[in-house]
Amino acid sequence: MIKFENINKSFGKLEVLQNISLKLEMGQSVAILGPNGSGKTTLIKSLLGMVIPDSGQILFDGKNIKNEFAYRSEIGYMPQIGNYPPNLKIVQLIDMMKDIRKTQKEGIIIDEEIIELFKLREMYQKPLGTLSGGTKQKVSAALAFLFDPKVLILDEPTAGLDPLASELLKSKILEEKRKGKLIIITSHIMADLEELSTHVVYMQDSRLRLFKEMEELKEEFGEDRLSKIIAQIMQNSKKKTELLK
Amino acid sequence: MQKTIKYVVYDIIRNRFVMGYTLLLLLLSVSFFWFEADPNKGLLSLLNIILMVIPLVSVIFSTIHFYNSYEFIELLSAQPMSRRTIYFSQFLGLCFSLGMAFLIGVGLPTLIFDGSMRGLTLVSGGLMITLTFVAIAFLASVITKDKAKAIGVALAVWFYLCILYDGMVLMVLVNMADYPMEKASLVFSALNPMDLARILVLMQLDVSALMGITGAVFQNFFSSTWGVFISFVLLLLWVITPVFFGYRIFSKKDL
Repeated sequence: MIKFENINKSFGKLEVLQNISLKLEMGQSVAILGPNGSGKTTLIKSLLGMVIPDSGQILFDGKNIKNEFAYRSEIGYMPQIGNYPPNLKIVQLIDMMKDIRKTQKEGIIIDEEIIELFKLREMYQKPLGTLSGGTKQKVSAALAFLFDPKVLILDEPTAGLDPLASELLKSKILEEKRKGKLIIITSHIMADLEELSTHVVYMQDSRLRLFKEMEELKEEFGEDRLSKIIAQIMQNSKKKTELLK
Repeated sequence: MQKTIKYVVYDIIRNRFVMGYTLLLLLLSVSFFWFEADPNKGLLSLLNIILMVIPLVSVIFSTIHFYNSYEFIELLSAQPMSRRTIYFSQFLGLCFSLGMAFLIGVGLPTLIFDGSMRGLTLVSGGLMITLTFVAIAFLASVITKDKAKAIGVALAVWFYLCILYDGMVLMVLVNMADYPMEKASLVFSALNPMDLARILVLMQLDVSALMGITGAVFQNFFSSTWGVFISFVLLLLWVITPVFFGYRIFSKKDL
C-alpha cells in the first residue's frame, strides 16, 4: 500500500532521513518509535508531500506520489500540533473541509463520530485561536477521521488529551483498525502503542533500525512489555554507537 | 480553487487592518478632491501619496498575511489539493482584497470627482502597483523561513524601488549630463514599476512641459497608444514574474 524506497532528506547540513526503505500494507497498525528528533515526523510529512525528499521515492497504492495530490483524499492526518486559522470557528473549519473535499470526490462518506464523542458541537461557535491545546487535538482528531479515509496517520494522537478523551480516541482507532485500515501512529506512550499497534518501526539518528511484528518482537526479546523492549533497543544501539566511536 | 479563494478573502476582509486601509484611502482621496479647486492638482497630490502608501501597505500586509496563514497552508497541504491551488488561491485572495480596498478607497472617488482618462490611468496604474507589490511580498515570503526575515526582504525591495532607484538614476543622469540621456532615461523608468506608473499618469496631466527634452521624449512615447500598451505589458510582467518564481519555489518548499 505504502512503500518508501531509499528516502534521503536533509535540512541544510542536518540529515534527517537516511536511506529509509519501508513497506506498509493495509490492515497493519504501525507504531513509529524513536527518540526526539529521530525523523519520525519528517517521515510522516514526506508521505503527505509536505516535505519533499532529496532522493528516493514514495509509492502510494503503487503510484509515485511526487507532484501528486489526489492520493491524499485516502489519508486522514492528525498533526502533532494542530495549528489552525485563529479567526475561524470550529464549525466553519469543518464545513470548509467538507466543502473543499466535496469537489475532489463524488459521494464521500462523512464520519462525525469523533465530533459526537468529544462533544465538539457544543463548542462549534468558538474561534480556533481561543481553544486550549487539548481541544485543538480533539479538532485535529475529528478532521482526521471525518472523511473515512483508508489510511490514518496519527502523530502523537493522545498527547495533551485528558484520560477520558484519550480512551475514547483509542477505542475509535481500534474500531477503524478492525475495518482493515492502515494506521500509522507515533507516540511516546508505550502502553497506548501496545494496545493499538500490530507492527513496530524503530528509528534512531535518522535511520530505520527495526521493522517487526509486535508478537515477533516480544518473542525475540522474551519480554512482554513494549516499554522494556524499546528501552533495551535504545540501550543496545547506544552501546553500538559508543563502540563505533 | 474558487472555494479556497473564498475562504482566504473571507479571512482577510474580517481583518480590521484592511477596513482601516480602505477608509484611510477614501479619506485621503476625498479630501484631496474636495480641497483642491483644480482636479489636476488634486490628482497629482493623490498620485504622490498613492505611490508612497500603496506599495508599502501592500508589501507589508501581504508578507504578514502569508506568514499568518502558514498554519492554514499547512492544513491545506495535507488535503487532496495541489500546491498550485494553495499558492494561487492565497495570492488571488490577497489581490482581490487589497485590490477592492484600493478600488473603493481611491477608484470610486476618482471616478466620481474626475471621470476622465487621466483618472482612469491613475486608478489602473495604482491597481497594477498593488498587484506588483503583493507579488513581490509572496516571493519574499517563500524564499525566507521566518516572518521577520521576509518582512526585511520585502521592505528592502520597497526601499530600493521607491527611493534608492530614483536616487541612482538621478545620479547617473547628473554625471552623464553632457550626453544625450533621453532614451536612456526612458529605459531606466521602464525598469521600475513605480516610475512606469508615475510617468503614465504624469503624461495624462500635461505637466511634461516642465520636464525639458526628456519630457518631450516621454510625451512622445507614453502618449501613443503603443507606448501605453507597452507600459501596461511591462507592469503586468512586474506582477507575473515574481509570482511565477514564487510558485516555482513554493512547489518545492518543505512546509
